[in-house]
Amino acid sequence: MPTQSELQTLAEVTAFLSKEADMLDHKEYEQWLDLWSDSGMYIVPIDHRETDYKNSLNVAYDDAEMRKMRTARLSSGEAVSTQEAVFTIRTLSRMRILGEEGGVVHARCAYCLYENKASGLRNYPANVEFKLRRDEGEFKIEEKVVRVMKSDQYLTTTCYLF
Amino acid sequence: MSSNIIAKASESIVEDLVFEDKVHKSLYSDAEIFEEELKKIFNGTWVWVAHESEVSEVGSFKTAMIGRSPVIVSRDRKKEIHVLLNRCRHRGATVCQGNHGKTRAFTCPYHGWGYALDGSLRALPKPEEYENLMDKADYGLVKLRHESYQGMIFATLNDEIEPLIDFLGGAKKWIDLFMKQGGGYPIKALGEHRFRFPGNWKIQLENTTDAYHFPIVHKSFISSVDDQTAEVFDFLDGEGYVEDLGNGHSVMVMIPELVDLDENLDDAIPERFADFAQALREEGFADDAVRKMVRAVGGGGFNLNLFPNIACSMAFFRNLVPVSVNETEIHHVALGGEGAPEIFNQTRMRLHEHFQGPMGFGTPDDGEAWERVQAGSMAGTDGWIMVNRGMSRLSTSVDGNVKGAVCSETGMRAAYRQYKKQMAVDIPVKEQADAHSK
Ligand code: FES
Ligand SMILES: [Fe+2]
Repeated sequence: MPTQSELQTLAEVTAFLSKEADMLDHKEYEQWLDLWSDSGMYIVPIDHRETDYKNSLNVAYDDAEMRKMRTARLSSGEAVSTQEAVFTIRTLSRMRILGEEGGVVHARCAYCLYENKASGLRNYPANVEFKLRRDEGEFKIEEKVVRVMKSDQYLTTTCYLF
Repeated sequence: MSSNIIAKASESIVEDLVFEDKVHKSLYSDAEIFEEELKKIFNGTWVWVAHESEVSEVGSFKTAMIGRSPVIVSRDRKKEIHVLLNRCRHRGATVCQGNHGKTRAFTCPYHGWGYALDGSLRALPKPEEYENLMDKADYGLVKLRHESYQGMIFATLNDEIEPLIDFLGGAKKWIDLFMKQGGGYPIKALGEHRFRFPGNWKIQLENTTDAYHFPIVHKSFISSVDDQTAEVFDFLDGEGYVEDLGNGHSVMVMIPELVDLDENLDDAIPERFADFAQALREEGFADDAVRKMVRAVGGGGFNLNLFPNIACSMAFFRNLVPVSVNETEIHHVALGGEGAPEIFNQTRMRLHEHFQGPMGFGTPDDGEAWERVQAGSMAGTDGWIMVNRGMSRLSTSVDGNVKGAVCSETGMRAAYRQYKKQMAVDIPVKEQADAHSK
């Protein structure tokens, strides 16, 4: 049986990550940027087994500056691929707390992003791992790694964040 | 063996669809034309399959496609490279899976025939039932003819074709220049982005030699970089040009100052690489080594488009793989230096991620434009794709080639000229099963 405090952590993490996904779906990028710690890294690897992201080519490897540039690009209206403002829906499930150390909760969940394109509905199932730092009763994201199911075969171009 | 059939001209399906100044829109969507292209273009010429660094060690392999043929590029125990058809000689299963990997042998998953890294058939279960029926020596994986230039491996299904070096011709000089971006180290593949778009492969072929779209489509990328860098990418009014290199190849020089990375090493270090230069100095690199790496780290100032499926595009290889008439897979191979400092290769990868790939700041906008071309080209029962831009203002390059403005469509015309030529020639069909298997 999970302890009361384990269930508490699970509930907190679930609430936080649901909010994160909801912000991305509703393109609330300013608020989304605030969820991050300054040292946080947003990573979409190509090879699912890779852990040395810095020395590998990734689909995305964003520090705070890149995240800011990326969200600016997605919302500026300058990029032709973002002009249709694709409607996305993210679902999260299978939430599991992998551990907690030094105030950082390590969590993993199943994730699926649905995108409606003129050419049809596309979906991207993924495993997502988070490292969340406890910060004055809130969480700050230290690391988000999205292992998109097809990233080691081929993807299609995207105009959103996984 | 029927190896001395002479290639002959035939009734070309595109004879009235490809002209110097325009190509018919059906070239993007006619399935029959696509089939003919696989036969005459992809099975008929040199097709890029790998860079040597992708199969750097004994037992390394990469899988690739030549038209509809899955192939394996492998390195055997003597460190020799082979290009093999990925088809078991028993009943046809692929014997190698995955994009890249390392193995000791290729073992067919179906009945267990085992092939060595050079494709030779080594062993099979219960061989007695083949008594007096076949000789193992005749049943290796089919080996394709392959040749390399500057580490770029090309293979062909057409044994009659000219040597690679002749096919590359005027492009060789530019490949040599392109390979200078290792910062003093040999070029090495660092990984690749793979993505598909719903459009014909020639839309992408055209794009690599299309500077005209850059300030429009890549506006959001330019907004994301510093002013100095933005100025470098503002090349439509500069001294750049496009040169027809023959055999369908062309080069589009966007930033003439960055053509030869061994030159101008004394130039001021650009703002965006100041931290990078400082980090190298802190690692103890001498000033000339630092300057060489700084100059190389962002890649060269040109796109070299090699017909039909590979481009040396500023800092990376762009490999196109036709999937169907209206679907194409693109591989953007990031490049760095073999043995170069970690920070050099890291910087190269971060720059690549910034623009390229499915989540880059550039590629998705290209992808959107290509998708729109495919969709829009369906409009009407007849119509043309114009490639006449800059035709009235051509000049001759120092190498004696046709040259147009940087935003002219000179490179597209070069590609379509070769396309038309190849589409009019029947490829000698040889019996590959028998050829080369010994
Ligand atoms: S198909 Fe390969 S062993 Fe039978
Ligand atoms: Fe582009």
